[in-house]
Amino acid sequence: MEAAADIAEAAPPARGARFWRRLRRNRLSFAALWVLAAIALAALLAPWVAPFDPNLPDPEAPLAPPGWRHLLGTDLYGRDQLSRIIHAGRVNLLIAGGATLGALVLGAVLGAVAGYRGGWLDQVVMRATDSIMAFPAFVLAMGITAAIGNSLLNVAIAIGVTQVPSYVRLVRGEMLRVREMEYAEAARTVGNPDRRIVLVHLLPNCIPPLIVQATLAMGYAILTLAALSYLGLGIRPPQSEWGQMTAEGASEIVTGAWWLFLFPGLAIVVTVLAFNLLGDALRDLLDPRMRGL
Amino acid sequence: MSIVLRVERLVRHFPLRGPAAWAARWRGAPPPAVRAVDGVSFAIAEGETLGLVGESGCGKSTVARCVLRLLDPTSGRIEFEGEDLAALRGDALRRRRERLQMVFQDPTASLNPRLSVRDMVEEPLRLHTRLAPRERQARVAEVLEEVGLGRELMDRYPHELSGGQRQRANIARAIATRPRLVVLDEPTSALDVSLRSRVILLLERLRERHALSYLFISHDLATVKYLAQRVAVMYLGSVVEEAPTTELFARPLHPYTRALIAAVPVPDPEARRERLVLSGEIPSPIAPRRGCPLRGRCPLEREACAAEPPLREVAPGHRVACHLV
Repeated sequence: MEAAADIAEAAPPARGARFWRRLRRNRLSFAALWVLAAIALAALLAPWVAPFDPNLPDPEAPLAPPGWRHLLGTDLYGRDQLSRIIHAGRVNLLIAGGATLGALVLGAVLGAVAGYRGGWLDQVVMRATDSIMAFPAFVLAMGITAAIGNSLLNVAIAIGVTQVPSYVRLVRGEMLRVREMEYAEAARTVGNPDRRIVLVHLLPNCIPPLIVQATLAMGYAILTLAALSYLGLGIRPPQSEWGQMTAEGASEIVTGAWWLFLFPGLAIVVTVLAFNLLGDALRDLLDPRMRGL
Repeated sequence: MSIVLRVERLVRHFPLRGPAAWAARWRGAPPPAVRAVDGVSFAIAEGETLGLVGESGCGKSTVARCVLRLLDPTSGRIEFEGEDLAALRGDALRRRRERLQMVFQDPTASLNPRLSVRDMVEEPLRLHTRLAPRERQARVAEVLEEVGLGRELMDRYPHELSGGQRQRANIARAIATRPRLVVLDEPTSALDVSLRSRVILLLERLRERHALSYLFISHDLATVKYLAQRVAVMYLGSVVEEAPTTELFARPLHPYTRALIAAVPVPDPEARRERLVLSGEIPSPIAPRRGCPLRGRCPLEREACAAEPPLREVAPGHRVACHLV
């Protein structure tokens, strides 16, 4: 239709394009973004990317140091370590991503309701949040996995629970701000039900700090997961995960097989660092006071 | 002419919290409150514009927010199309909003930054009508054209619009469902002077075309004079004078109204005018009031002013709350 063409022509300058340009200018965080993309892609396509089957022993090369055949060496049974790290990355990203997403959704809903409604509901939610925050996050995660067992799902739940409070607080604070905006009143005047005011009009205006928080939380989730597994409270063999591989490698250190704990450990460090760098950069970019710089 | 909105003895107090309230309870005194609106009554006929004027802080916006039930009135009746809005809640109230809309003062703050003009104007139609998507789009285009926003602006976001365009978008949202009454809360005070007159003309044209009624809230007497058929003057939470516009400007009776009108700048240095000047400042709306609200500021004060003056009809359609008239 003619009218449709008119509208397309007059399309506003994309907000996304400007954002992208500013992100690119920050070299370090842009590199972090690429590193994360590579890690995610490798995890996603693990069966095709990994040079070997991660569980297939190479009888000719047990405990082989890094070399041309096995780039990152092999373990006690001759399993290729690079392939194992790539496959283990799936577990890491899946659990960290699932925990973060779950905590984000739950925290956003609780925080939005508490902030919008206020009153006793707010009190109940915030006091529950406070009591979760009273525990050191890692100790709480340990306690939860110890109590409910350590399947993939349970570990994700344990990590997620420790993260929920930060989202609740963040979203509640943002809701207290946006619900006083005139457009919140306008939305009510037009005849929106409360649910729609919160979901359509208010929550989307709270998103930028949430993105930052979620990015930083991803790093934390990976670290927590690794630490839990290192202590044997997280993922257990035969499934593997970076922290648990590091733990295994550490017990081999007396044999001189340094590559067995160094490389999984490096995988953790690089991933966590990349998430933190990206989160910091996003925080700077999304801060309204930094606009136009 | 049929009455669209009738407000009767509307009261809205904002109770104070904290030490002052505890102290009052300790003494057994009535709980302290900001008496923002203290017994306001008025009516608006179909197709009529009632101007509600007064200084900042006199309670005009609180009246507007009570009429729309953005605030719950402390007491009083808000009769809209024969039904008491003050008694409605939940879905029943929400459905009335199809017929009762508002244009806010700040055209920027009252637009959700994440909704395009199209989404924003479409929303009330989505909520209140059973129009098919195609019909809705047609109505959106029609309404935008009515307020003078071109099609090319339909998919813009608020930050991509100028101030005048933003206020037009606000007006479009308010009239999309073809309401009967639109509350205009200082719709032009955030605009610069050149835009002001255009928005006023637009509002006037829309009123004529759709037989809208306006409750026009302003502190700008010049726009009120142009737009309103009747004017109510508010001071410290109550209406002190109400009259047809020409009557009010030609023959203001209440000392406060006279002072307001005398304060309007006139672009003629030769003009001789009555000068009635009030002394002092608006008293605190927290202090319990005895007698005339203007007591202590009025140069014409008598002993009779210690008693609260009733709002009396002194000429057809002209009501004043003053002992001296």
